[in-house]
Amino acid sequence: MASTVWIVRYLWLIPALPLLAAGIGALLKQRQRRFAATIAIGAMGISLVLALAAFAHLLHEPQRLFLNFPWMQAGSDWVKLGWMLDPLAAVMLVMVTFVGLLIFIYSTAYMHHDENFTRFFCFLSLFAGAMLGLLIANSLLLLFMCWEVVGLTSYLLIGFWYERPAAAAAAKKAFITTRVGDLGLLLGMVWLYGQTGTLLFYDGGAGCMEQGPLSLLTAKTLTGIALLIFCGAVGKSGQLPLHVWLPDAMEGPTPVSALIHAATMVAAGVYLVARVYPLMSVSTNALEVVAWVGALTAIFAALVAVAQDDIKRILAYSTVSQLGYMMLGIGVGGVSVGIFHLIAHAFFKALLFLGAGSVIHGLMGEQDIREMGGVRKWMQVTFATYAVGTLALCGFPLFFSGFWSKDAILHAAYGWNISRVPFYLGAIGALLTAFYMTRQVCYVFFGHKRRDPAPDPIAPSETAASDPHEAAHESPAAMTVPLMILAGFAVLLGFIGTPAWPWLQAFLEMRHSGVDFGQLAENGLLPLMLGSSLLVFAGLGLGWWIYGRRPIRHAADADALEKLQPAVFHALRQGLYIDQLYAQTVLRLAWWVAVVANWLERWVWSGIPLMVSALTKGLGWIDFSLDRWVVNKGFDEGCDGVADGGRLLARLQDGRVQNYLRYLGAAVAALALFLLLGHRG
Amino acid sequence: MTPLTGCLLVSSLLFAVGLAGALTRRNTILVLVGIELMLNAANLNFVAFWRFGHHAGPSTGVIFGLFSIGVAAAEAAVGLALILAVYRHAKTTDLSQLTGRPQ
Repeated sequence: MASTVWIVRYLWLIPALPLLAAGIGALLKQRQRRFAATIAIGAMGISLVLALAAFAHLLHEPQRLFLNFPWMQAGSDWVKLGWMLDPLAAVMLVMVTFVGLLIFIYSTAYMHHDENFTRFFCFLSLFAGAMLGLLIANSLLLLFMCWEVVGLTSYLLIGFWYERPAAAAAAKKAFITTRVGDLGLLLGMVWLYGQTGTLLFYDGGAGCMEQGPLSLLTAKTLTGIALLIFCGAVGKSGQLPLHVWLPDAMEGPTPVSALIHAATMVAAGVYLVARVYPLMSVSTNALEVVAWVGALTAIFAALVAVAQDDIKRILAYSTVSQLGYMMLGIGVGGVSVGIFHLIAHAFFKALLFLGAGSVIHGLMGEQDIREMGGVRKWMQVTFATYAVGTLALCGFPLFFSGFWSKDAILHAAYGWNISRVPFYLGAIGALLTAFYMTRQVCYVFFGHKRRDPAPDPIAPSETAASDPHEAAHESPAAMTVPLMILAGFAVLLGFIGTPAWPWLQAFLEMRHSGVDFGQLAENGLLPLMLGSSLLVFAGLGLGWWIYGRRPIRHAADADALEKLQPAVFHALRQGLYIDQLYAQTVLRLAWWVAVVANWLERWVWSGIPLMVSALTKGLGWIDFSLDRWVVNKGFDEGCDGVADGGRLLARLQDGRVQNYLRYLGAAVAALALFLLLGHRG
Repeated sequence: MTPLTGCLLVSSLLFAVGLAGALTRRNTILVLVGIELMLNAANLNFVAFWRFGHHAGPSTGVIFGLFSIGVAAAEAAVGLALILAVYRHAKTTDLSQLTGRPQ
């Protein structure tokens, strides 16, 4: 069936084109900047067209199409890979290609001055290819492979400015932290394969996400596998307790933060959970864990975001928090709830990051919000779009996508039959989200220019020239146009999933949907929406009241909350000391294990090889002595004897013919004498 | 003293003279002459044993001697040719210098 549908047969082109672009980009010279950007953007553009075609194909008849093929033989079985197209994959494909394309275009301007421009686009394309491959994978194995490539590109791009020690360290941290989660995913995958004998998600009834193989598993096994797979999602999506890498990942270029660490890659964890949802949903415990982890992450990261000073770190913690919401949504309400927020979040968070990048670009690399202020005046497009993104993220009622998607999650959490605590956590998180975003916007865009009035003690003569606010400028069109497009979607996307017309949810669940305004009033939805709106207003108002009315005058001034509760504020600024906790426990443990292993390696394990080596050396010496003093000596002596004899005989053959004749004569004489005497005798 | 003994004495003398010449002369040609003398001593023995032997037939010792002389002639020709070749090569016929070793 699948092979007859052309779009499925050519689905592999969607990830293959960016991969090809990455391959070509890797071979380009540093100077071929325009060509590198062109092929990267071109490949992404064609992928977008193909993704739209795939989407359109499913649009009038939502269905699940797949194409499997044998990959390699393991024992007597063939390991099969395959790709699939279902509404979930189609929606994600369109989102990733579209947001990716916009960010690629944005990057041409943002990275304009960077000398490693071609390398940047090579990595971006590689990322896009792997991410798209992850989305269409119909096999946990293929998904895992793409998952790892995505992790690699994340590492490469976080450490893109590798000459900065902080960036190199952040890249390593991201790679290693996500590897912890990936170990769980790998174990879960192996376990699943051991139990069901297949890693294909869908295989006409025989896939591991389908009823037949799933019914083979016991409840405990199912929960174990589901939780192990969730470990991978926890690592990739920055959930507690593996969130520590994501804020540090902001060391990478801002388009990377927008594309990988906000819109797409970190959402891959949520996508994974959505993809294995049939497995998760069979085991209620697993979904419970997902919901709790999501809720705790949402509230934790929102709290920490309140006290951050780096514009990108605030957004990073916000991303962690929103990913928590997505997990919560999947845990309590199912795939469609989580994915709706994922899609909406991808657009408005990409918008926020790109806006932040625009601000950073305009301020010549300044990232500390305390050093900014008044940016609204000379970056009006950035300000307007950033405001739209902020309102969408806060969930400003009715007109912004975040409102509808977050409300769907809160509504599902409210109706969760196990506990209502996640709902309250999520609601407080929503309040905090509105608060910290207002704080950030007030710091960055309102007030007036702030700059430490004291001249820079290190290089006083250069302060005037390098003062970022003197050189501040609005960003070029390649940056502002993607911002405006994303802002448009940040508003509009909300309307594809409202309770009155839950088109996206129905599409993901392969149902048909209709407009029904009566839904708004059912199930206590209206009071809930009212309540969450009030929370958002409260957050916005509180933020404005604390930060907007009296913006701080100098960058060194204490934060308003810092004056109020210094101890709490510092704890939050440090991310509740999670990093320090890990440094004290896990890292110290690892360090001691390394010390012990080093000692063992040096003195115990290597003792055996050393002994063997000494023994071998001894044997070698004996062998050598025998050879030199017995075998060689004897042979040499023999040879000398032969040579001496030869020399003696050679003396007889001196070339004087008459001597020979003399010997002959003497011999004949001796013979004659012998014969004569012998005859007599 | 029988005629045979006398013949044998003469041939022995002839052989000794030839041997002495062959051993002592430095000139290759004279060494060859000495060898010819020794050869003819042997021929003399053939003829003497034929003449004074018991079963003398017309075609025993004499024929042997004739063949031996013929071979000796051929040998002398080859020897002289060799000596000529050596002389052309080494510009000498002095046997003490013709050792085959570098001088």
